Amino acid sequence: MNEITESRKPPVATTGILGWLRMNLFSNWINSLVSLFVLYILIQFIPWILNWTIFAADFKYNFNGVEITDRTMCSRVLDPENGGACWAIIYVRFYQFMYGFYPRDEVWRVNLSYIMLAVAVVPLLFDKFPFRKHFLKFTYVFPVIAFFLLNGGLGLEPVSTNKWGGLLVTLVLGCTGIALAFPLGIVLALGRRSNLPVISMMCTLFIEFIRGVPLITLLFFGMVMLPLFLPEGVNMDGLARVLVAVTLFQSAYMAEVIRGGLQAIPQGQYEAARSIGLSYWQMNMKIVLPQAIRISIPSIVNTSIGLFKDTTLVIIVGLLDLLGIGRGALADTTWLGLAYEVYFFVSLVFFIFTFAMSRYSLYLEKKLKTGINMGAD
Amino acid sequence: MSEDSIISLQNVNKWFGDFHVLKDVDLQVKKKERIVVCGPSGSGKSTMIRCINRLEEHQEGTIIVDGIELTGNLKNIDSVRKEVGMVFQQFNLFPHLSVKENITLAPIWVKKMPKAEAEELAMQQLEIVKIPEQADKYPGQLSGGQQQRVAIARSLAMKPNIMLFDEPTSALDPEMIKEVLDVMIDLAEGGMTMIVVTHEMGFAKTVADRMVFMDEGRIVEQAVPEKFFNNPESDRTKLFLSQILNH
Repeated sequence: MNEITESRKPPVATTGILGWLRMNLFSNWINSLVSLFVLYILIQFIPWILNWTIFAADFKYNFNGVEITDRTMCSRVLDPENGGACWAIIYVRFYQFMYGFYPRDEVWRVNLSYIMLAVAVVPLLFDKFPFRKHFLKFTYVFPVIAFFLLNGGLGLEPVSTNKWGGLLVTLVLGCTGIALAFPLGIVLALGRRSNLPVISMMCTLFIEFIRGVPLITLLFFGMVMLPLFLPEGVNMDGLARVLVAVTLFQSAYMAEVIRGGLQAIPQGQYEAARSIGLSYWQMNMKIVLPQAIRISIPSIVNTSIGLFKDTTLVIIVGLLDLLGIGRGALADTTWLGLAYEVYFFVSLVFFIFTFAMSRYSLYLEKKLKTGINMGAD
Repeated sequence: MSEDSIISLQNVNKWFGDFHVLKDVDLQVKKKERIVVCGPSGSGKSTMIRCINRLEEHQEGTIIVDGIELTGNLKNIDSVRKEVGMVFQQFNLFPHLSVKENITLAPIWVKKMPKAEAEELAMQQLEIVKIPEQADKYPGQLSGGQQQRVAIARSLAMKPNIMLFDEPTSALDPEMIKEVLDVMIDLAEGGMTMIVVTHEMGFAKTVADRMVFMDEGRIVEQAVPEKFFNNPESDRTKLFLSQILNH
């Protein structure tokens, strides 16, 4: 009797590695052809790239075991047939890539800021982080600490921002831009949907104007025109002016992303919130925004990745971010012609950060989908 | 207006654009009175009760709730909303908050109640609607009937003097209607002032002190249930009753 209801194992041909291969790579002849073609490309390409970037590459010494100090000593210049990448250019200029022209005696301040950035951000991102509440207190004061650490003051030697460069500038622009644009974007999004026509019109105008203008234009605006609006005698720092432009740019995009999330919240949520007596701000902070932001997470991360990469445009107004330092290295006659290495390295650093952001967004999406069931209606 | 009315609507008119939804509506509700409002769809019954806690604005006439006149004055609106609880057809629970958090939210933020006290209050309300064991679940994990009972508990937690129900069972599967109606009957027997928009005529017969029939934005007839069901005056009432009772 039991045999009828007992569950059987699936047919062997559909399970295991072989089954998977059959189902996914060789299910019909077109699929098989494509699979073989891709496999061929990978076999050709992967060993070559590994060889070039690692096995045949110079890091500090060339194949003769001599420490590389200029391009003519690179293996690939001495022996173009067999030599791989010449990472010595990165090795020699690593300090610049990480800190720009920050004084060596003071560089511990940058390193400390990097470490504190991690301590401030990681607990913010993971809500299961142990003692998260206490860490978050640190997250709030971190920007102030970082400002004094990097900029000087309070007994620390001042370091002018025109000495900052490389990853330091990229991270300062990216993190500050994203962190400031988020609350500003929320306010703009709520403002655009406000019932008060003046507020709604002002927010709409602002958003549409900023979105209608290229970031480079805004950067020039920050550099050239912003000082004209400041009272006489007030001299605004170059990096700060660029930060204003980047933040305004990002907040307009953030506002539209969050507005998209707000539009997905059913009218009934507002009515229920009002009927139990919540005020406008309580309703938004407790009911509407938490749901709207959750819906917008993928787009929020998307625009944040976009901004992080767009910070490279500051080279136009004379700031040396990671890419700017790279271009500076290439212009140095001792290292001429090592463009592959420099761009590869810069790309890799950007990729690490943006890939982490994109993975985080996927993780959040998955968590929110499996965690709380949002399908109340 | 009579002196002992807790809710008083006088000559209330409202338009949606050019569409005249409420036409010269007059309604007096006494303390502890239970009113059931019925009528065909589009007759303005939901709009009328939504005007009572100002989810909709009326354009003409006066609405006075517990001695407070509803005008553009935001302070008045806030104090009226603290007095009046509302239950919606679609429940409108907050899906990102647990059942308990749904209930404690308003006591904590509007009444500034300490969290522990608010949670105790929430559990009391969940006892009243008979689902204390669901306190830590999220709305999406509950059945429709359970969600609607949480919605009732959420309103009750603000200790309202008046409860408005806007078709509370219309979105429910038949087997869940009874559990919600039972909770509402308990409330009625406890002396709550209630205005209920519903098509549940069995409930109306058991609970209502007075029936209000609306059609095309007007109150057509008001009567005690016995007279309303057995001997209605207006032809439109008769037609409506024959349609909903004989199917």
